[in-house]
Amino acid sequence: MTAFPQTISEKILSAKSGGSARAGDVVVCDVDLVLGTDASAPMAIGYFERMGGTRVHDASRIVFALDHYSPSSSPSTKGFHEQVRAFAGAHGVRVYEVGEGISHQIAVERGLARPGMLVVGADSHTVTCGAVNAFATGVGSSDLAAAMLTGQLWFRVPDTIRVVLDGDRAPGVAAKDVALAIVAALGSDGAEYHALEFAGSGARSFSLDDRLVLSNLAVEAGAKAAVWDADNVLEVHLARFGKRGEPVFADRGARYAREVVLDVASLQPTVALPHSPENVLPIAQAPDTPIHMVFLGTCTGGRAADYHEALEVLERGGGRLAAGVQLVVTPASSEVERQLVADGTLVKLARMGATITVPGCGACCGTSGVIPGDGMNVLSTANRNFKARMGNATASIYLASPAACAAAALTGRITDPRSIP
Amino acid sequence: MTTHRGRARRFGDDINTDYIIASSRKKETLDESILKRYLLEAVDPAFAASVRPGDIIVAGRNFGCGSAMEVAATVLLAAGIPVVIAESFARSFYRNAINNGLLAIECETADILEGDPLAVAIDSSGTAIINERTGRWEMRPALGGIAGDILAAGGLVAYLRREGRFVPSAARSH
Ligand code: SF4
Repeated sequence: MTAFPQTISEKILSAKSGGSARAGDVVVCDVDLVLGTDASAPMAIGYFERMGGTRVHDASRIVFALDHYSPSSSPSTKGFHEQVRAFAGAHGVRVYEVGEGISHQIAVERGLARPGMLVVGADSHTVTCGAVNAFATGVGSSDLAAAMLTGQLWFRVPDTIRVVLDGDRAPGVAAKDVALAIVAALGSDGAEYHALEFAGSGARSFSLDDRLVLSNLAVEAGAKAAVWDADNVLEVHLARFGKRGEPVFADRGARYAREVVLDVASLQPTVALPHSPENVLPIAQAPDTPIHMVFLGTCTGGRAADYHEALEVLERGGGRLAAGVQLVVTPASSEVERQLVADGTLVKLARMGATITVPGCGACCGTSGVIPGDGMNVLSTANRNFKARMGNATASIYLASPAACAAAALTGRITDPRSIP
Repeated sequence: MTTHRGRARRFGDDINTDYIIASSRKKETLDESILKRYLLEAVDPAFAASVRPGDIIVAGRNFGCGSAMEVAATVLLAAGIPVVIAESFARSFYRNAINNGLLAIECETADILEGDPLAVAIDSSGTAIINERTGRWEMRPALGGIAGDILAAGGLVAYLRREGRFVPSAARSH
């Protein structure tokens, strides 16, 4: 036991470094789960070899997901896949193939990431795994290589910002709206070098899917990790795998850098305008904007609950897409796709005219799938709307909830989903 | 003491890694000698062609935010940019910079203008950033701990080849 009360992050980094970690300390930690993708692992393999690596420290802790080039659309991306498969084959590392899903989505839905774990992934949205009470953070390819080689990585123990979610969401307000409000409240670098911990009466009512959205977007405020408590919501999720992990709770009296209180009950459907996710406005105050492409997918908005939320709005509004709007649907994983096939959602979306693509990152960062045309406005369930993010610098990307994206698919304009009769 | 001399190339706040090099470019190749042609194209399409070896990027807050992709650090080095000075860095970019021996220095940048001749002098006591146009200079402490050891080794590859593992700084004999 340590002599001082600790945050969740301090506790996990203490356990993994075998010491007593206080915010500001630099520690060397054993890593429980190492996630690589087809976008980051090829470079990591190069670093690994230059580091003199001949075998990985522990193959059972490493997972690769072929998610960013899913499907591969060029000889070069095919080459990245072959390189990852060859390395994984030689070292006994598990590869989740093209179409199986996004790395951090797989880590959560297959129970690879669990409470108390230290998860590193060569992808900034690895923070998503914080929803399962893990300390999860994104690193580059060289750190990924080091973690594969040594089983360890160094960290500066972050200060923690406590995000208190007060009250319950009004009808029609989605987790994405809450997440965008947090990014706007903190600013694009407001959580830099910090971890977030979620608390408050509102937090307990958030489903696991909601928590994944909030943890996911935390990195748009610079957060190093975004950790949730272990509670009965998490327990239900973990029961499927028969593994509980080692739940970690903050100590009473733990030291927080600051506390941000969000009045969740007052939030409205929201949109982030180009070209920054912190550029947030209530949809009611957003300029009237035509939308040419609607993207339902990514590690933020590509889970079954997101498609259910979107389908509800689409059906409520009569199910006819506005003329000239392309609706693109890319489930975050094959498991999501399977659920959507089983419950009929995917067929309904297809009948409405949606373009349905292979699970993975899809159009999110212009590496696969549909690239918007010149001058197009895109409304997306994704997390980043940087200029050129989707592969065309003349397109403008707006971010919103699945419900708001569905509303825009019906009207061809940015639309408050509550206004769909 | 190492000294870098170069002209300042000015950028603003929140230069994300997709702006440094677009994700969509890196699906074609990971070869930085090709990728450097697209350096910062989303911000300034003419920039890449105007880079001279030794140029120093000077930015505002939160440089390198967004994706953790490491080419964002290595493509700068490939373009001949040895130093980035910014008011703050996103942590994943900062780590990637250190791991590749790219100098990422936090310092006030408001009064540095495009084209200013800068000198960055580094020794074990710290880093001095001198603006030779205005004569203004600032001292920053040397990077300590493991990060400092990695940078001093020339990057993570050299560090791990030498040490074999991460060694807590306090435990190092020298
Ligand atoms: S869906 Fe988008 S944000 Fe998520 S991992 Fe893929 S590219 Fe990154």
